[in-house]
Amino acid sequence: MIHAYDSVIVFTLGRVLIPVMQLFGLYVLFFGQYGPGGGFVGGVILGTSVILSILVFGLNESSGRLVSRVLHGDGVGLLIFAGVGGLCLIGGGAFLNYADLEFPGLDVASRRYLGILLAQIGVAVDVAVTSVSIVLSLAVTNEEEDSHV
Amino acid sequence: MTFSVEIPLLILLIVTAAGAILVKDLVSAVFILGSYSFLLALVWAWLGAVDVAFVEAVVGAGLATILFLLTLFGMAPKDIHVHRPSSSWPALIGLPLLGGLLLYAAGDLPELGNPASPASVHVSPFYLENSMQHTRTPNVVTSVLMDYRAFDTFMETVVIFTAGVACALLLGRHRV
Repeated sequence: MIHAYDSVIVFTLGRVLIPVMQLFGLYVLFFGQYGPGGGFVGGVILGTSVILSILVFGLNESSGRLVSRVLHGDGVGLLIFAGVGGLCLIGGGAFLNYADLEFPGLDVASRRYLGILLAQIGVAVDVAVTSVSIVLSLAVTNEEEDSHV
Repeated sequence: MTFSVEIPLLILLIVTAAGAILVKDLVSAVFILGSYSFLLALVWAWLGAVDVAFVEAVVGAGLATILFLLTLFGMAPKDIHVHRPSSSWPALIGLPLLGGLLLYAAGDLPELGNPASPASVHVSPFYLENSMQHTRTPNVVTSVLMDYRAFDTFMETVVIFTAGVACALLLGRHRV
């Protein structure tokens, strides 16, 4: 397990910076259609904020169990992306052709807009969960090697 | 085109790249590699590829540095200091030849921003003209990545998912 870093400066700055990072990640994710950014970058920023909170505040029993349960959903993001593609199939079109998404009352451009947004959320979830899981598995391996020495 | 910022930027890029290769301590190499990624992000932004610059800054300078550092902290201290063998003579002859060949070939590359370059005449005009009507997305990069080329992006997401699963299996996350 990763232990909390015992420093007032790191604690205070982490408490201030981590919500700002998460807010910025969400902004990048949902504003990717109007400016630079998108699902991949937003997901990496969200994952990095979780990694920073793990490094600063440590991984105690309750939050560790929560994080490992979240990580069981490793493929949820991929499922969202593929599910959007599957909905297009159900709508009678080709895989990932968002124009065939069955949303009543939307024109074709709005359907494509919504499809892009949902697919970006899928990419962001996948990237964020994967980055946190890689860091956690590396950290746990380090801990085991330390205990052998 | 002004050269007051760009030339020092490119020189710094080469210096940091050489430093990351030549330095003996691997932890220092990781940090030099992070600064190299940040400078490379500035170069992408200078070339107008803001999305690529964003990814380079976040992934190259941020996430990759964390992953490299965590890997290094799991290694024995004797492995962090590397002893590099001196270069062999085929490398000393062959690599300058290869570099000269690449410089010679670079003379034929189209000018930056040339509208008649092969990359700008094939499918790019279609995306640029139709992105707004088709998808209501002003950022054409996003509409190309997520709609016109969504299948490529889907497979990239599969690659990331596979990397996560492989790391979890190899490094034993189930013992958390």
